[in-house]
Formats: sequence, C-alpha cells, structure tokens
Amino acid sequence: MALAKITSVTGRAVNVPGNDIDTDRIIPARFMKCVTFDGLGEFLFFDVRHDPQGNKIEHPIDKPEHKGATILLSGANFGCGSSREHAPQAIAKAGFKAVIAENFAEIFFGNSTTLGMPCVTAGREDIAKIAAAVEANPQTEVTIDLEKLEARFAGQSVKIAQRESARDALVNGRWDAIGELIDGLPDVRSTAAKLPYMAA
Amino acid sequence: MAKSLFQKVWDAHSVRKLANGQTQLLIGTHLIHEVTSPQAFGMLRDLGLKVAFPHRTFATVDHIIPTNELVEPYADSLAQAMMDEIRKNCAEFGVTFFDRASGKQGIVHIVGPEQGITQPGTTIACGDSHTSTHGAFGAIAFGIGTSQVRDVLATQTMALGALKVRRIEVNGKLRAGVYAKDVILHIIRLTGVNGGTGFAYEYAGTTFDAFTMEERMTVCNMSIEGGARVGYVNPDETTFAYLKGRPYSPKGSEWDAAVERWKSYASDKGAHYDDVMIIDAADIAPSVTWGINPGQGISITENVPSPETATSADDKAGIIEALEYMKLPAGKPIKGTKINVAFLGSCTNGRLSDFQEVAKYIQGRKVAAGVKAIAVPGSQIVALQCEKLGLDKILVEAGFEWRAAGCSMCLAMNPDKLIGDQLCASSSNRNFKGRQGSITGRTILMSPVMVAAAAVTGEVSDAREVFSVN
Ligand code: SF4
Repeated sequence: MALAKITSVTGRAVNVPGNDIDTDRIIPARFMKCVTFDGLGEFLFFDVRHDPQGNKIEHPIDKPEHKGATILLSGANFGCGSSREHAPQAIAKAGFKAVIAENFAEIFFGNSTTLGMPCVTAGREDIAKIAAAVEANPQTEVTIDLEKLEARFAGQSVKIAQRESARDALVNGRWDAIGELIDGLPDVRSTAAKLPYMAA
Repeated sequence: MAKSLFQKVWDAHSVRKLANGQTQLLIGTHLIHEVTSPQAFGMLRDLGLKVAFPHRTFATVDHIIPTNELVEPYADSLAQAMMDEIRKNCAEFGVTFFDRASGKQGIVHIVGPEQGITQPGTTIACGDSHTSTHGAFGAIAFGIGTSQVRDVLATQTMALGALKVRRIEVNGKLRAGVYAKDVILHIIRLTGVNGGTGFAYEYAGTTFDAFTMEERMTVCNMSIEGGARVGYVNPDETTFAYLKGRPYSPKGSEWDAAVERWKSYASDKGAHYDDVMIIDAADIAPSVTWGINPGQGISITENVPSPETATSADDKAGIIEALEYMKLPAGKPIKGTKINVAFLGSCTNGRLSDFQEVAKYIQGRKVAAGVKAIAVPGSQIVALQCEKLGLDKILVEAGFEWRAAGCSMCLAMNPDKLIGDQLCASSSNRNFKGRQGSITGRTILMSPVMVAAAAVTGEVSDAREVFSVN
C-alpha cells in the first residue's frame, strides 16, 4: 500500500484552548452509534458548540473566519480518556489535517498518526504565539514542517516536536502499519507457534 | 538478567522490529465489542482481508445494549443496527460471539476473565481503554483504536513502542470501609491524570497480595485514568484458583503445565523498574471525586478545594472550571452534597463481590425519596450469581432497579442517562463532563458501598458512618 509521505502540513489554524480536552468532549459517546466513521465531522466538539437545547453557541471552530482551517491548536493532555478512534476521525472528517498541542494522550496520539494526521507538540508560549497570530489575522498560513521540526507562520517560527517513531512513519509514508504488519505474517505464525495458548 | 513480567511477556510476543523502530507485537487474545469493531471489519472488507486467527478473537455486546429491554428489535434503531452488524461480522469472519442468547454476554472486561479467556503471560487487546482490567491476571492488556482493531483482526499483531514500567507498591491492611476503588482513586490523585503516560504499571505489595481477583481488576481497570495504558499484578495462587475450571481455562494435564508457565512470567526479584512508588495502605481513605476528571479526588472527610489553594495557574484554572461545572461551593465539605441518582455497575465495580458488599449493608435500608437508584450487573453470569444469592431482591427491596447486563449509565450510549444537571453517585470510572449522557450531568466517582450510602441518605456520605463500619 503506497501511502503519501507527510513531510509538512500547511493551512489556516484555529485555537481551541484548554487542557485535558478528553475524547468524550471531542466526540460525545452518543454519536458513536454508527457503523462507519463517515459524517462524524459535524459532531466534533458537539456539546461545547451547542447549548443543552441543541442551539449553536459560540465556538472557535464555528467562527466564519476560521471556516476551512486545517490545523487545530490546543493545550495539554489533548485527547485523554476513552480510546475511541471516533475522536481523531471526527477531527479529520471535520477537515483538520494536523493538531498542535502541548502534549497528547497516548492512545489518541497513536490513533491520529495511523490516520496520517500529525500530532505535534510545542511549548505553551509558542502555541500562544501561533494563536495570537491567527487571532490577529485568521488568514495566517501556518506550516508544520516535520522535517525541520518547526512551525512557521506570519514570518515567525517556533520549535515543534514529535515522537521519532511517528515522525519517521509520517515522512516516509508508513504511518499506516497494516502493509508492513501483513508482510510479517510468516514471522507472526512462527511466534504464535511457540505460545501454547495460541494453538487452535 | 532479572526481568519484569512486562518485559518477559513483551519479549515472548515480539514478532520483529519494524522500519520505524516500533515492535510488531503478537496479540494473543483479541476482545471486541459493538462500538469500535464495525468500522474495523469494514476496513478489512475494503482491503479484501480475512481475520488471521479467528479462534483468538472473542466478541460481546455491552455499550449500546439497553438494560431494561430484552426483546429485539430495540426501540433505538441505531442500537439495533449495531447489534445486527456485530452479529453479521462475527458470523462472516468466524469469530466467537457471546450474544445475549448465549447467557455469557456482558461488559467485555468482565466476560474475558469470567470465561477464563484472560490468562497470565498473554497479550490482550481490545478497542476500549479499560482493557487494562485484564492485567489483574498478569496479562499485558492494551486499549486500542479502531485502526489497530483492524490490524489485530488482519494480522493478530500491532505496531507498538515499548513502555517503561513503574512499580506501585501498596503495603499493609486497608482500613475498614476502604476498598480497591479507593486505592486506585488515591493513586490517580497522587499521579494526576497523565502521570502514567508512557508507563505500564506493576501493582504489588502486601495489599495487592491479599486482594481477590475482583479487587485487582478494579484497580487495574482504572490505570488508564492515570494515563497508564497497561496495569498488571503478577500472577499468584489467587490468580490460578480463580482461573481453575473456567470454560476457556486449560484442562487436565494441560492445567499443571499452564500454571508452571504462568508462574515463570511473574517479575523476577531484582527486576529493573523505571520508577517505583510506595504507598501505605493506612493512608488511604474512602475517596470521592469532586471535579471533572478522576484525578480530582479527595477523601470523604476533606473539603472541596478552592482556587486559592491551587499550586499553579493551571491547577487554578482546572479547579475553577471543575467547580463551575459541578456546581460545588469551593472550600466546603463534599459530604452532604445532594445526589439525584445512584449508579452501581460498570467494568470497574459491576462484579459479584461489589453487589455482595452493597447487599450486606443495604439490607433493610431504603433508598432516599427522590433518588433514582439503579444496579446493573456487569454480565449475565454476574446477574445469575447475584440472583441465586438473592442479592437482587435485597437491592430491589431497598429501592434499586435491578437491570440486565451492560455498560448502562457508565457512558450512557443506551437509554440509561442523567437528565439535566442531575448529580450521580457512581461506581463507574469516569466523571468527564457529559459522560453520563447529559451535557450538564454531574458524576461523583466512589466505591459501591459509598454509592449505597449516598443512595440511602440522598447525599454524599461517609459509608462508615451510615452503615456503622469500624
Ligand atoms: S462499563 Fe464503562 S468504562 Fe467499562 S467498558 Fe463499558 S463504557 Fe467502558
């Protein structure tokens, strides 16, 4: 399976501030009653974009000036909680191609990488700088450069980081491991043969 | 070289190194449920792939299943569609499915151990973050995403980087009225909700040695709430005694060989740990959460924090946000907070011993007027065991509704939901905003006996006082 080499992501950004934004917040459980991921995008952050009656309330991603943004900015421990892949899927289906946050919960990070949606970390002040630039001019183009490990925007640049295994997978087009895992099937069978509980 | 159980199991299941440096890890046992598997089967079909080891995958239904409606089609057509889908997928791909008609259906983390599918020295994966529960048996059990569910279906492996190991030792005897649930709430309070990121937890010490399997499961279950993906206890005689005679446990001469093998996986003396934490059991009190993540916990005798006591700007913002959502006054006792709903159940505390303990105290008492109280066994087998002992009658007599097995109000993907800003005393594992089905609904996590105490008094209470425990 040939996968795209994801060396950089460029686009407009939107800031959704806060720490510990959990996957229940990203996609409330009731929207997981589905057998495909299609259509999850519209339910992204649903409960903070709507009041209890279901009326729209103000939220950064709904602001007209942020329509079409492809980079999501947030705080610490983004994506904690449930392992639901519905969370990164909802973010991706809503049009986002990358997330910059202070750090990520483990399962969310892995799920996102497998979708080819880079999650990169940056310092709090640096994220604030990007957010300020986007605030000042929502048309600001932000580039996440996975080779130089920097984010460029409005003539500035800040350092970003990403776990090497994920970065390597993205830039070399192996972010979805399935092809490689399938290639290993003969070895899988011999490893399984050594474990009595795996016998049929 | 002395090795930890984690290293031994990891080594035994490593297939090969992948180009990105991760390991292709064999997953011995794959557990699936209706919410995170249909998309994975869909991906499999799209790729024209089969399930590589269908006899090592086991399925059940738990999240969406209504607990007060037994006859299909269910009123909720989406729930019915998911039910149909998992049935179809299991039949098509040759996977064992514990359907309701089997009498073995239940929450996936209760079914695995109950059937003897969960065994020491194995690797287990499930598209659910509380898969760490199975670590109670000395298994390395990972919660995974749907793409990884696909990977495991197609290859019985997944790509993973090794974890560090933190040994958490709890020593001594728990005080009266203190339960396994309090142990894990205490640990998460100490580490914070992401203190465990990158770690597998090895729980040990004399407290764990003395724990039953059900108590060990309660603690391992919530490892993920502290950020640790994996939590385990080394297998011992308690583990083997639990597994003996279960449907999927080894039989006859194979049993003895299996026990020997299982023993060999236990951590060696002098194994290397990346971190060690030591806790005195006597320091643990009955605990309750006051906020919107499981790390925001206090003992029942403490006051809710106030923003002024925050240790950092982040902490302060966290306290303000949590108190606002929970509608709790800063700096005041949590005890006495009025509750609307009492929920007993979930993969954390929906097992026989949980209902036994509650029944012991609640017998002859009544749920306070105006409190909706529901008791939901974690599996059909747990339900049967309780019913044989008459526990269901005691609970119903006290004013609880006795339901059919499922996740129920733990995440409310079924008809069991909070309404408006109702406050729920809950034996489940997550108190996130909106978790129990209403976007303003409030959750206070606690042990089952504390839920029972809250149910009879109508307010958050110290079970030791309510039930004269000493
Ligand atoms: S009981 Fe709750 S935490 Fe456990 S599997 Fe079900 S929804 Fe998840």
